[in-house]
Amino acid sequence: MEYTPPPFFKQGPSALARLVLFALMSLALLVFDARFKLLERVRFGVATVLYPLQIAARAPGDAAANLSGYLARQRQLLTENERLEREKLESAKTLMRAAQLEAENTNLRGLLAMRERIPLVAVAAEMLFDARDPFTRKVVIDKGVLAGVKAGQVVVDATGVVGQVTRAFPAVAEVSLLTDRGQAIPVQVVRNGLRAIAYGTPGGADGGTMELKFLASNADVREGDVLTTSGLDGVYLPGLPVATVLRIEREAGYAFARIICKPAAGIDHFGQVLVLTAEKQAVSMPAPETEEKSVKGKRRKLRAEAGDKGVAAPEAPAAPGPGPNSAAPEKK
Amino acid sequence: MPAPSQPQQYILLPVNPWFIGFTLVLSLMLNLLPLPRGGWALLVPDWVALSLVFWNIHQPRRVGLLLAWVLGLVMDVNNASLLGEHALAYSILSYAAITMHRRVRWFGISGQIVHVLPLLLAAQGVVLLIRLLVGGAFPGALYFASSVIAVLLWPAISFLYLAPQRRSVDKDENRPI
Repeated sequence: MEYTPPPFFKQGPSALARLVLFALMSLALLVFDARFKLLERVRFGVATVLYPLQIAARAPGDAAANLSGYLARQRQLLTENERLEREKLESAKTLMRAAQLEAENTNLRGLLAMRERIPLVAVAAEMLFDARDPFTRKVVIDKGVLAGVKAGQVVVDATGVVGQVTRAFPAVAEVSLLTDRGQAIPVQVVRNGLRAIAYGTPGGADGGTMELKFLASNADVREGDVLTTSGLDGVYLPGLPVATVLRIEREAGYAFARIICKPAAGIDHFGQVLVLTAEKQAVSMPAPETEEKSVKGKRRKLRAEAGDKGVAAPEAPAAPGPGPNSAAPEKK
Repeated sequence: MPAPSQPQQYILLPVNPWFIGFTLVLSLMLNLLPLPRGGWALLVPDWVALSLVFWNIHQPRRVGLLLAWVLGLVMDVNNASLLGEHALAYSILSYAAITMHRRVRWFGISGQIVHVLPLLLAAQGVVLLIRLLVGGAFPGALYFASSVIAVLLWPAISFLYLAPQRRSVDKDENRPI
């Protein structure tokens, strides 16, 4: 005859056994999420369920903000209106010329047998809140898959690039800011068309900066230089303002200069943003791998030479299609 | 045998499971709130972790590791962090709280704080460790301030969460509680 404890003492597996089980499950999740990106569906599902709760949690704060906005002083509104009218007038002349320039550009590009620029599709969105994570620099915007937002799209505000959509959920989307660690964006210096890659460096009192990496210490970059997207990656459209060079530290001991940049867009302020979609890939990708292998030796030599000349090494081989140099004059 | 540090001993009413659920959902909603920008964000306590530890200590048979793990997963999605990060942290937190629940309840409020603080710090340490392993930057020693602030709320949490169980059994017309 078997002896079992009375029902009162039945507690299932011990706490330690459960801990081992759940810890293993967590570790499995971690590995699958970090290594294989297999869990986007799980994340998508949980986020969908979470959305109503998020709305409910924010409701009181939003209501208060609405109320205070409703009671905003008339004078404030009047001055703002006046300022906006003035800005509209100022930008009107630029806009009128822009239409003409665009037509001219299309014609010229047609004559040069280059590809036409891609028409833009933009979704207006609002930044809702920071992701609650002190390790990354991400914000959540109030448009998602339902509004046509997809991962990989570019987010800009009135003054420049804010970041890139990294995850899209049904009603919201996560945007990695430019200053997020590991966020890279291909840029070029407007003044001379020098190409480089800017990486986010979070932290610091001013809410994070960016750094131009892998530029030789004698590269022609000066303080105050304006950086725009080069469009070489086919993700960011060319010519969007990204940052200005804040300071340059050249140390004799290092091959590369340390170039700190300040993002152009107000990425630390909440506000309206545009999610831009290029309808097709902006630039055709460089020659595929197979071709690359046959000329690998030659390219390596090229690269070494380019490094000596102070040009960003990975970018040295000429890119096909509309190069970044075509975008630079327009900004001037 | 009454614990020496506790002057008045209540025999508490049985807990209402719906109340536990309510407090956990409320803490979850507090955690879903947007954080203040800048350095203040580090000072906001992790309400879910705090509520979880409380119920792990007071009702270990109702609030266990499964709930902790699921809540951790939800927090991971909300935080846009790696899936499993908070799940692991909360599981370890819950396990530690459950193993010491018999001892902690004999202490007064300040003694309980001393017990709970290392638990919360350890949970934050787990998250920190994972982030450093996948290549994050150390956010500074202030990162641990949120646990300290959370633990300072322990007296209020204890009072509020146990209040429904302190009601009297026999309802009296002339007495509100």
